[in-house]
Amino acid sequence: MKKRNPLLITLFWVLVSLLTLFPIYWLFVISVKPAVQLFSTPDVIVSNPYWGNYTDVLGNRLLRSYMVNSMVISTGNAVLCTVLGFFTCYALSRFQFRGKESIFFWTITNRMAPPAVFLLPLFLLMTQVYRVEDFTLLDTRIGMILVYCTFNLPFAIWTLRPTIDAIPRELDEAAYVDGASPWKVITEIVFPLCRPGLAVTLILTWVFAWNEYLLAATLTNFEARTLTTGLSEYVTTTGTEWGIMATISVFTLIPALIVFGLVQKHIVAGLTFGAVKG
Amino acid sequence: MQSNKLGWILLAPTLVILFFFGVLPFLYVVFVSFHQWNPFAASPEMIFNGAENFRRIVFDDAFLSSLGVTVAFVVFAVLSELIIGYLLAQAFMKEFPGKSIFRTIHTLPLIMAPIIVGSVWKLMTTPSIGIIPHYLDEWFGITMNIGTSAPAAFLTIVIMDIWHWTPLVTLTLIAALVSLPRDPFEQAQIDGANKAQTFWHITLPMITPALVATIFIRLMDALRTVDEVWMLTGGGPGSSTRFLGVHIFKEVFPKTNYGYGSTISVIVLYLTIVVCWLLYVSMLAPRKNRKG
Repeated sequence: MKKRNPLLITLFWVLVSLLTLFPIYWLFVISVKPAVQLFSTPDVIVSNPYWGNYTDVLGNRLLRSYMVNSMVISTGNAVLCTVLGFFTCYALSRFQFRGKESIFFWTITNRMAPPAVFLLPLFLLMTQVYRVEDFTLLDTRIGMILVYCTFNLPFAIWTLRPTIDAIPRELDEAAYVDGASPWKVITEIVFPLCRPGLAVTLILTWVFAWNEYLLAATLTNFEARTLTTGLSEYVTTTGTEWGIMATISVFTLIPALIVFGLVQKHIVAGLTFGAVKG
Repeated sequence: MQSNKLGWILLAPTLVILFFFGVLPFLYVVFVSFHQWNPFAASPEMIFNGAENFRRIVFDDAFLSSLGVTVAFVVFAVLSELIIGYLLAQAFMKEFPGKSIFRTIHTLPLIMAPIIVGSVWKLMTTPSIGIIPHYLDEWFGITMNIGTSAPAAFLTIVIMDIWHWTPLVTLTLIAALVSLPRDPFEQAQIDGANKAQTFWHITLPMITPALVATIFIRLMDALRTVDEVWMLTGGGPGSSTRFLGVHIFKEVFPKTNYGYGSTISVIVLYLTIVVCWLLYVSMLAPRKNRKG
């Protein structure tokens, strides 16, 4: 085998990393430039950062409410999906009933379908069918939390199944013999053992919900709009506020980046439904 | 053994939510697709019109061109990602200083929201703001305007997708390569096989399962690309980057032509599932026969 100079290989990877990082860095550069400087020669190095865009975004009441909506919806959805996913996997792992594996595989088909396909039926159902007198799920946080379950709940089920299957049944059975109630077995014996798997599921479902745009753009108007939809409102054909757009992007990116450090090793398994362990 | 009642109680919330937000929308869209329905038209009620919508779709130029653009995009993007991803995965198989840091950086785009990726690349490529058109013009005298040039817009989207998703291919293929046994490679070396022969006869057959899984996932995701394209080009210029998802989102949906829109949704869903399934079967079946 030929031995290549490790320095050359490192240089190659520095280059690849620059290609990966530069577009993200450029986002930051645009966000700290005042509007008048945008159209001059593009400077790569920021000598005199301008924080006006950041104060504008944070000072904008509407954008602040979008941030709160994004937080509430992603957190609510992640918790709901992780808890329900945990219950579902426990049931699939510990009980025998007909069509068990069909239920398991059926859930993933919900995740495979392109979300664009569901725009129209979900919009129609939410405005016309799922309503109690004047209350509809359209443009509500709870509505979005439930809608995001279509892709996050199957995901939670698929990532949690191996975790729960790996916990020996003997543990539950011993507890039942000791007279523990099913609820106690689930919450005090199985749940603590699943913590690492549950944490990864919680974080990844949170990111997927936080990052979602298409469904939020269609199924919310004002009350429950999220940060990603807020971003697209600043891109118009008549004139885009580039600085604000870049700043909102930075705000949307930061939580995902923080989370990235926590689940880096699990991202691949997460994105491939566990088909490939990263 | 505990009673199954508890099992069903634990399953119930999941089944109810997925029924109302997964199954029912699917059945509903199929039902509506056989109707003429436009609430803001002269006759706002739902009228059953059989397969008329499906007949119309075959002759719908806007839909067909959108389908063509989507297929072109998927082929270009996924193929490039596989090739680049494989080469990078091979490069990661060697030991070198800072390997884990480079790997972390390489993984970074995967966590980004597609709409943010679109926004990032919009800021990179929009004329007079973006750095790419600026230096292309200054250094090579090439004018790049994704707002007016269809090839430039299409190419930018392919590059954006490569930037966003190649890391997934790299990481899945690293996982596959790491788990390969050493013996066949040593044997091939002794037998004097060259690099191409080793790749074709040893590496490729052994990583096929991982490769199929990767293609499967990438294909499914590429077929539903909407957010980043919508952000970057809005489907334009003209309809040159109006992928199927964008077509539904921006053309079908706002026109309130619910009957026909449902038909397009059904066809897109059907195509996605059939394409992925056909690919899956065609790539795995011949291998099984050879082994048998």
